[in-house]
This record gives sequence, structure tokens and C-alpha cells, in this order.
Amino acid sequence: MIHQYKLGGYNIVLDVCSGAIHVVDEVAYDVIEAFESKTADEIISLLSEKYKNREDISLSDIKECYEQVKSLKEAGKLFTEDNFESMAGKLKEKTSGVVKALCLHIAHTCNLNCSYCFASQGKYHGERAVMSYEVGKRALDFLIENSGKRRNLEVDFFGGEPLMNFDVVKRLVKYAREVEGKYNKNFRFTLTTNGVLIDDDVIDFANKEMSNVVLSLDGRREIHDRFRVDYAGNGSFDKIVPKFQRLVESRGGKNYYMRGTFTHANPDFLEDIKVMLDLGFNELSMEPVVCAPGDPAELTDSDMEIVKDQYEKLANLMLKRHKAGEPFTFYHYMIDLTGGPCIYKRISGCGSGTEYMAVTPWGDLYPCHQFVGEDKYKLGNIYDGVTNTAAQCEFAECNVYSRKECRDCWARLYCSGGCAANAYHATGTVKGIYKKGCELFKKRMECAIMLEIAKQLEN
Amino acid sequence: MEHIKTIETRNLCDSAKNGGCGECQTSCQSACKTSCGIANQQCESNKESK
Repeated sequence: MIHQYKLGGYNIVLDVCSGAIHVVDEVAYDVIEAFESKTADEIISLLSEKYKNREDISLSDIKECYEQVKSLKEAGKLFTEDNFESMAGKLKEKTSGVVKALCLHIAHTCNLNCSYCFASQGKYHGERAVMSYEVGKRALDFLIENSGKRRNLEVDFFGGEPLMNFDVVKRLVKYAREVEGKYNKNFRFTLTTNGVLIDDDVIDFANKEMSNVVLSLDGRREIHDRFRVDYAGNGSFDKIVPKFQRLVESRGGKNYYMRGTFTHANPDFLEDIKVMLDLGFNELSMEPVVCAPGDPAELTDSDMEIVKDQYEKLANLMLKRHKAGEPFTFYHYMIDLTGGPCIYKRISGCGSGTEYMAVTPWGDLYPCHQFVGEDKYKLGNIYDGVTNTAAQCEFAECNVYSRKECRDCWARLYCSGGCAANAYHATGTVKGIYKKGCELFKKRMECAIMLEIAKQLEN
Repeated sequence: MEHIKTIETRNLCDSAKNGGCGECQTSCQSACKTSCGIANQQCESNKESK
């Protein structure tokens, strides 16, 4: 399978299954488009007619081009067949029962009252609660016990707002550091915070112990303060921005992400990106809102077109700043063409419910943070392990080939089948697909690949 | 005349031969985990050998 598109002045051809990417001239673009459905003679005669008034394109050019396409096919870099299906699920089979990442719901409560919150202001449709040290410690032990030979273990402190239970966070990290050497493990911690409680103590701790920090900021003050308000209805922008700036300035190059949400209120999210840049942040992420159908924050069909246009404009801005020596990172455009994941990973799905789970303040296990509160997907708990094997099985079976829509999608080896939670909320089954999410993902990949091409060709 | 320029990428078919160690990051694509697909991840075994 191939995917062809034109963007940023480039004619781009992706050979989906080999991962090869080609930048081609207009004749090659046309040859490739017709190659599988027409004979050589038909293609040559078709293109001779199309380019008959072009002095710069001769018949021998067209013939030469045809031969080059043919050679690439023979070399396994064009029209490569998908022979990976029998490998789907192999990685999960091989690592069956191995857990390598936990999302610790350290606080099911929040000091902000954002109406678009997928976690219903941190409560996840349940009671407010914080995780005790004992539950957290048992969760870390559960992870170590179930991680097999896996050395790198990921733990995200999540909420609600995890800094509302900061003492427990610190104690859990201390415990993990004490035991990781003994078990030959390496904990990588992440903190996701709204910033309200950031102080010097939090900054020192985060810079020392957190391999990544996700900071929630929606961009323009009026956009941010529209949703991200306290319980008195006051916007949080002025309160948190100076704190984020202090944290980022002192981070010394360690990873962080300024992470915003765009909604129906700001499909023109590039304006929010620009505000983030002006504030001094250059590791950025903006995500479409995840909400129930019909929610006022939901992106409409016309918003989708605006968003896609914004993605292109964002790519152009990144390129311009890259050339000017003022680069910034947009998380969704990060793509490692030479050092990216192997094919097993690419076809295995996201890992939720198998190698990755969320832990509630009470120690219950769910496939991921977005399923917390969905009783039928409660997998078990950190004391007895996974007991709802039927539910786990649904997740274990998720891979690129388990969704019929993915089979014909050129982006499948870049997304691995998408988000089970988005699929569930959109279609009622984890094996469905969230069409709007797919549409935006594909647009992002086209832009990300174009950016990499521009950078490689520049060198 | 060069009609086609091939960009350097990892060959996915070849990666079937020595892949699958499973040390790579989990790939959360949902809310607040900032939607990392597969594409923006690094191969841990490649990273170590670099």
C-alpha cells in the first residue's frame, strides 16, 4: 500500500509497509499513482498526452521515471505488501502478563473546576478521594512483581490534581528509588499538573525526579480562563503562568510539555501556540478535546476543517522558526524516521489493559485512566491482580488488524490502531474507531512527515 | 535525471527480524497523556546501540 499527498511544495509518497518515504517530481507522482492499475504502455501513453505541451518533460523522461519506480518496487521500497498480520499479537503473547506502566490516580479531586474535564473535575464520576501511601506503595510493588525482565518502568502521577497529595507522591518516589536497584529496575516518573500548587519545593522535586512533566495551559488567557477556572469561577491563567515559567526555566533541558486542549471555542489553536511561544515555552502539545457527543465543547464538522488548516499553518511556522534558529517542538509532530519503533510495536496496539493500567485511590485496576469509573472494565486490584480476564482479553486482542477500518488505512503503522478509550466512547466498543480522531491523526502525520522531509533535504 | 529522492527511514520489514524486545514506552493516545502515537516514540534498543 502507498499513500501519496502534496504538501509544503513537496510531492510525497509513503510506502506504508516498508516505511520508505519518497519525494518525487510530478511525473513520478503520476507514474506511481497509475502503476498498479495500468500497464507500462498505458502509463507512458497517458503521461505523454498529459505532458505533451511541456518542453521540460520528454518521452524519455517518462520512460526513465517508469523504470525508476519499477526498480524501487523490486527493491521493496514501493508497493510493499503487508505480510505482518501473522505477527500481530506476538509481542503481547511474548510479554503476556507483563505490566510495565501504571497511571497512579494519586488524587481523585481537583482544585480547578474545568467543565470540559473528561474526568469530571477529577472525581471520575465517583467520590472525591486521595491515594494513601500504603495503596501507592502496594501499586509500585505490584508493578515490580509483574514487570518480568522489563527494566524500564513508567509511572505517571495523575489525577484530578496530583499535587493535592504531594506528600504521598514524594514518599512513593523515595520508596521506588530505594528498591529499584535491588530489582534491576529503572523507574521513569511523570507528573501531570494544572500548576496551581507549584512552589519551590515542587519545582526542585520535579526537576530531580520527574523524567517528564506535563503542564496544562490552553494558550490565550481568554481561552484558558473560559474552561480552566477555580470553584469560585475565577480563571487560573495569571496564577499558573508565572509558576510554569519558573519551573521550565529551572528544568535545565529536562523534558516537559506545555499541554493545551482545543475545543469548539478555539479551533484556531495556532493562536494559542503562539501565546505559549511568547511566554517562553517551546515544548508544546495541543490536543483536541475528548468529550461526550453533543457537549458544547465538541469540535463540529466545520471546526475540523479549520483545525486541519491550522495543522498545516503550524508546520509552516515550525519550519520558518527552525530555519531562523528558533525551533520549537510540537509533540504530535515528533517522528523518528530512522530510530522509531519496530514493526511488532507498530502493530500491537497501545498496550492499555495489558502492559499499561490505571490504579484508583482504592487500588482498583482499570485498562487506562480513561476507563476509570466504567464498572465493566474494572480489571481487578493491586492485591489480587487481574481477575476480570474477559475484559482484559478484549484489550489484549486490540491490534492493527482487529479493526476493519484500520486494514485499509495508510496511517495504521504510525498510530497502531488508535485509542481504545476514544473508540469506546465514540462507538461503544474498544474495537471501533473514533473517526474524527483518525482524521486529525492522519493530517498530523502528513504534516510531521513533510517537516522531516524539509529538514532532511535542507541538510 | 533524478525523479525520486528516497528519505532515510527505518526499514520496517527488516525490523521484524530483530524487533520485539518490548522495552519501549507505552503509547498512550488519549486525554492528558498528550496522545503519543507510535510514530513519535523511539526504539529503546536502537537508542542504546546509538
